[in-house]
Amino acid sequence: MTTELLEPFVRMLDEIASPAAVRAVEAGGEWQAMWRAIAASGFLDALVGEDQGGSGLTLAQVEPLLQALGASAVPLPVGETMIARALLAHAGIAAPAGPVVLAATQGQPVPCALVANHALVDTGAALAVTPLSEMEVTATGVHGSLAAVLSGPAQSLALPRPANGLRSIAAVLRACLIAGAAARVCDMAAAHAAQRVQFGKPIGKQQALQQMLSVMAEDMVACRIAAQLGCAGGLDPALTHAATAKITTSAAAPRLAASAHAVHGAIGIAEEFDLQLLTRRLHEWRLADGSESYWSGQLGAERLGAPMSSMDFARTP
Amino acid sequence: MFDGLTLAALPDAAEAVRPKIRAFLADHMAGIAADTRARSWQGFDAAFSRKLGAEGFLGLTLPVEYGGQGLGPFARFVVVEELLSAGAPVAAHWIADRQSAPLLLHYGTEGQRQRHIPAICRGEQVFCIGMSEPGSGSDLASVRTRADRNADGWLLNGQKIWTTNAHHADYMIALVRTSGTSTDRQAGLSQLIVDLHAPGVTIRPITDLTGDAHFAEVFFDNVQLADDALVGQEGDGWAQCTAELAFERSGPERIYSSVVLLDAWIAHLQAVGRRDADALVGRLTAELATLRAMSLACTALLAAGESPVVEASIVKDRGTGFEQELPVVIGDDLAAHPDEPVSAELWRTLAYVTHIAPSFSLRGGTREILRGIIARGMGLR
Repeated sequence: MTTELLEPFVRMLDEIASPAAVRAVEAGGEWQAMWRAIAASGFLDALVGEDQGGSGLTLAQVEPLLQALGASAVPLPVGETMIARALLAHAGIAAPAGPVVLAATQGQPVPCALVANHALVDTGAALAVTPLSEMEVTATGVHGSLAAVLSGPAQSLALPRPANGLRSIAAVLRACLIAGAAARVCDMAAAHAAQRVQFGKPIGKQQALQQMLSVMAEDMVACRIAAQLGCAGGLDPALTHAATAKITTSAAAPRLAASAHAVHGAIGIAEEFDLQLLTRRLHEWRLADGSESYWSGQLGAERLGAPMSSMDFARTP
Repeated sequence: MFDGLTLAALPDAAEAVRPKIRAFLADHMAGIAADTRARSWQGFDAAFSRKLGAEGFLGLTLPVEYGGQGLGPFARFVVVEELLSAGAPVAAHWIADRQSAPLLLHYGTEGQRQRHIPAICRGEQVFCIGMSEPGSGSDLASVRTRADRNADGWLLNGQKIWTTNAHHADYMIALVRTSGTSTDRQAGLSQLIVDLHAPGVTIRPITDLTGDAHFAEVFFDNVQLADDALVGQEGDGWAQCTAELAFERSGPERIYSSVVLLDAWIAHLQAVGRRDADALVGRLTAELATLRAMSLACTALLAAGESPVVEASIVKDRGTGFEQELPVVIGDDLAAHPDEPVSAELWRTLAYVTHIAPSFSLRGGTREILRGIIARGMGLR
């Protein structure tokens, strides 16, 4: 079922979210047309139950789509909106039109908040759908970033908070996006190493490059599997699954970005080269919704409270 | 890239084996110190392996008609992770069960299968793998040990070294040259079953830096082997050997080598009630969970009948990196609290794993060789 979905989804992203289109949105351009195309595709309700007009897919089934969003550096909160719409539908609340971001924090930047209409705000007691026009939206000023700090009182239109809060599911989403971008930067680095000639042969023939690229591949596979592990529990992931997914992907993200840039050399730093669309996001998603150390602290506390072997802990959700 | 490696779940039939092996281990592993359990791979206990065989915990992937359990790679995954987590002494059956029996099943004659596989499943035949030689480590294709055809079969001359458990083994599956010279590289290599009790075989154990003797050097001086010592096709030894290494590299054993130390350290933290290591514990716990899922993904490829050579190298390289990191960071954590008492047992476990850890990324192919295999899988070579 997932393959049938993935192909049209990727085709759509190729059409509407080309690197040029991504750059245009990042530069403050119009994003509504891109959003309308995504909304018209019906994919936003992939996680909404069939009885409520959605596709009734599980998060695990949708995971390849979330990876595709990461791989294409889509500059809109598509995964966030999918999750928000599913949580809202589950609570019997009509979803607002337009993009929704997941605001698990009011202290640090929320990715894509500059290109959204609403936020699903975790108040600690409930989740509240809040129009961004009623919140304070403070852009970060980071070049090309669409993230912003959101603050202000949440609206009263509230729905039950997942047992592990909004940050857990948001972290799983980030893990999927990182996994998708990881796959793309690995492909780009391997392709570049195979065609870039120095010292009379492709640089990918150098053992030093081969060793670095093979470690990238290991990190890429680890990110994919960890993201899938995070999705296994659905929209209210167990802390262990969410933490494992975010720790593995967040720890790998800067390594992958650094190696991809190292392979590409100076051209990878250039704005007109597409690599930076992905590596800037790898860093942003790593920091969003808790870095590897945040989740390591959470997971470590849970582990130390569990009188069992590490093998048992690793295999039990 | 490497799209086949994707999250897999253990089937219920495989999970059904877990309570049984766990009960067995509860009966047989009580009261054994952590530093002894940390030796798991190197722990040689023939009686223990025979008991495992009698209870049906060996030959899990092997067909019932050869004395196996016919349960497949997932059941083996469950039993192996339980054995390694408990730190059970597995050396007496490890290589035969994992590599030799599947090799003979794939390439052996009916006579070879009958002679060895049922006995391996009973834990009664100990095998070792003769690959490295004094002049051939990572460059395995340069082996010089020779077997020449004669009227009675094969006449074997040469030397193997760093052979795990050779001094305890009944048989060696040796990679030797049967034609040409070492300049012919992979061509002209064959695999032979060598009866280590045959005249002309001399085995000298080599003591390692922990004081154990887990490997040995083996000399062959005009050792006469029967005609049916040859495994598979003459000259196909390299390809057979590569397929065999996929078995060695893809199992969960490549993530659990230091897990007894990890558990002993966590028990220490729980006992002293110290909480400043939460983030380190969490990071290591996440890595173990990710590696376990990666290893299970690799097992799913084996279960689907594939030979995941590159995928297994990915899991093994990352897994051994984790295994080697554990003693480094655990040692740092313990000694970062110089006034906190640490039991002698934990200290010995830490030291043992610290000292033996370099072998984790040597056995079954070095880190550098594995990364070359991965790079080839990425189209770079």
